[in-house]
Parts: sequence; C-alpha cells; structure tokens
Amino acid sequence: MNTFYSTYAVLLKDAQSELRTRYAVNALVMFVVTAAVIVQLAIRSELPSSAVLSGLFWVVVFFAAMSGLSRTFVSEEERGTSMTLQLVASPSAVYFGKLSFNIVLTLLLNSAITILFTVVFPGFVVETFGTFLLTVLLSSIGLASTSTILAAIIAKANTKGTLYPVLAFPILIPLLMTAMRATTRALDGEPFGNAAEEYQILISYIMVITAGSYLVFDYVWKD
Amino acid sequence: MFGKTSIKVVQYGSVLIISFVLIAGLAIPLSASPQSWLEFPIIPGLEDKARNLFFHVPMSWTAVVAFFVSAIYGIKYLRSKNIDFDNISVSSAGLGLLFSVLATITGALWARFNWGAFWNWDPRQTSIFILLLIYGAYFALRSAIDSEEKRARLSAVYTILSGLTVPFLVFIMPRMMAGLHPGALGDESGKGPLFETNMIASNMRVLFYLSLLGFTMFFVWLLNLRVRAGKLELQQLQSGK
Repeated sequence: MNTFYSTYAVLLKDAQSELRTRYAVNALVMFVVTAAVIVQLAIRSELPSSAVLSGLFWVVVFFAAMSGLSRTFVSEEERGTSMTLQLVASPSAVYFGKLSFNIVLTLLLNSAITILFTVVFPGFVVETFGTFLLTVLLSSIGLASTSTILAAIIAKANTKGTLYPVLAFPILIPLLMTAMRATTRALDGEPFGNAAEEYQILISYIMVITAGSYLVFDYVWKD
Repeated sequence: MFGKTSIKVVQYGSVLIISFVLIAGLAIPLSASPQSWLEFPIIPGLEDKARNLFFHVPMSWTAVVAFFVSAIYGIKYLRSKNIDFDNISVSSAGLGLLFSVLATITGALWARFNWGAFWNWDPRQTSIFILLLIYGAYFALRSAIDSEEKRARLSAVYTILSGLTVPFLVFIMPRMMAGLHPGALGDESGKGPLFETNMIASNMRVLFYLSLLGFTMFFVWLLNLRVRAGKLELQQLQSGK
C-alpha cells in the first residue's frame, strides 16, 4: 500500500466517521452562527470599518477552528483507536490524511463564515474578489497545518480543551496578522497585486510549518 | 555542559564586559561633532535615549538566541531521547523568558520617553508580546503532561514548531509593517537593524558588539547554572527522596 493511497484512505475514514456523528460540523456551524450573532447584537446599526470587519472575521475563524479542528486526533485517543491506526498506516500517511481532512474542514468553515458575514454585516463587501479568495485559501491551509500538528500534541496531554488555543495562538499569529491585512485590502478594493507581500508571507509560512510538522510528527504520534 | 575553567572565563568575562558597557554606555558624553573616541554623536530624535541600544537590543538578541538554543536541544532530544538535552532545552526556554521580560521592560521604558506611552502595540511590541506568549504556552504544556518522557518529547516538538515561527515574528513582520520602532517600514534610516545603519558611530558600534558578547556570555553562564541545578533535581527524583 503506497503512501498516497493510504493518505487517501485516512482522509476517507475521517470523512466517513465525521459524516456518521457530524460532531465537528455541528459544533463549528453552531459556533460560527453564535459568534456572528453576538457581534451583530453588539454593533447593531453601526458601520464598522473594513479593518474592524476583517479583524472580526479572523477572530471568528480562529476560535471556530480551535473548537473543531482538534477533533481529528482527540477522537482517536478517546475512542482508543490510535494504536490500530499506528499499525495499519505509516505516520506520514496519517499526518497528510488528517491534514487534508482539516484543510477541507477549514475551507468549508471559511466559506460558511464568508457567506454569513456577507449576509449579516452590510459593510462586509468583498471588492477585490481575487485577493480575498487567495488569502482565504492560503490561510486555510496554514491554519489547518498548524492546527493538525498541535491537535496531535494536545491529544496526548491531560487538559485537552483549554490548552489548545493557548498553544495555537502564538504560532498562528504571523498567519492571522497577515491574513487580516490582506482581507482589509480586499474589502477596501485595492488591486490584486497590492497584497503580494502578504501572499509571500503566507506561502512561506505554509511551507515552513508543513515541512516542520511532517518532520516531527513521528515523535508525537508514536508512543 | 562546559569545562570548569571555561565556565569561569565566561562568568568573569560577562560580569566584566557588562559592567564596562554599563559604565561606558552611560558615562560617555554626547557631542554634536564628535572629535575623539570618548564622545558619541547626537542622533536627532534620540539623543540620550540612544543609550538604550547597548542594553535593550542585546537583551532581545539573547532572548532570540535562547529560543534557538531551546529549539536545537529539542531536536537533539528527539534524536537521542537523552533527558539531559531536555533539561538544557527547558533551562534555555526559562532564560529566554527572563530576557524577553527584560527586553520588554527596557523597551517599554524607552517607548514612554520616546513615543509618549509605555505600550502602543507597535509591530515590535506585538512580536515581543507573542514571544512571551510562546514561552508561557510552552510551560503550560509542560505542566499539563505527567509522564516525564512524554513531557520532554511533546514540549521538544512545541519548541521546534515555535522556533520555526520566531523568524517571522522577529525578522520579517516588524520590517514589513509600518511602525515607530527603528527599522520598521517607512523609517528614514532604512529597513533593517538600527546598528547597521550609518547613523551609529564606530565607537558606539564597538560598544554595542561588546555588549552583545557580554550578554551572550551572561546567558551561557546562567544556562550552565540552571542545567546543573536541573540535573541535581533529576538525580533527587530518581533516588526517590
């Protein structure tokens, strides 16, 4: 069984078990709706600037990701299936399978938040669609990559819930700050090329974190 | 970690150099047109506040060095599973926290007199704040794991991962964003570290590099002390007292 095929098998397994329980999707949807409504109740008829809106957007994305993305590894530990998975799949297949699952989940999450923000906040109008699309795409991959390796760490620790955002925030902050700046540019209608620096940071961040996680994943995964 | 004589050299050397930098950095007078080696030029807008260069920058530098030492010994631990390397890694992280706090305090004091407020979320201040958070998260993670071997393994992974993001925080983001800190985007002296620009006279530069050396040696001395203390604690644990 080659790595590519087993990666696909891990992704499929996670997708199937998710579709059976819908734990992560339900939690994420409820979280996103609640967060957006709370913000809307607070600002009412105010018209926040594009910087504030992009900040709110990424705050909701960050905390939603923190509430749902650790599930991939924590559920393996809780159900006691991590040993079996260690036997049937190589660590790199597990890592990339879980990573792909989290990327899909984050992309879905971000699309849902985008739609919700467009509906709820009149000021949230994406002027430069290309910048916004690329930013959300790159940030989702980066966010999923960091969340995956930290979920693997957190699954082995005692306090799983509270520690996760604490560990993730400092590592994700370069990504979040960059994503916020690029989103502000997209909302302000600046041309696509203006955010070139942000794309560079996001791409190098993804490469560095994914390569680093891949190299250290063995040590986290194997007991 | 080091031989007895070499650690004595580092110990006395760091005390000597830092005392020298402290006296020279504070006592050498400023002058509009420096004639001799014992006069610093006046940097417009900084004046006496420029003296912070000899203390604040080496402290931040040592904090980053401590971070990388922690990450490197994390890698060494993962490769060898030798608990001594974990001891070095955690000792270095603790010292990194100390030096980050020192750099934050000296920076905030400097900001109070130069910018008018202790804290204004300049990109540099944001990045040192995140460094503090990383150390905080690192120690929170360590206290959340009971098994010694697992704690060493997972915290090594975390220190490696956060070590990967440090260059973004310290070397990339603050130079790409507009800010007040020297070296930020839009600074007339140019992007990059202040001490590499021609605003700094050569005698200041000598003192600055001496200070870097002194603080690095100070770090090595403290690291050695902490590692030895950590080893004793481990022995005590193993002997069951």
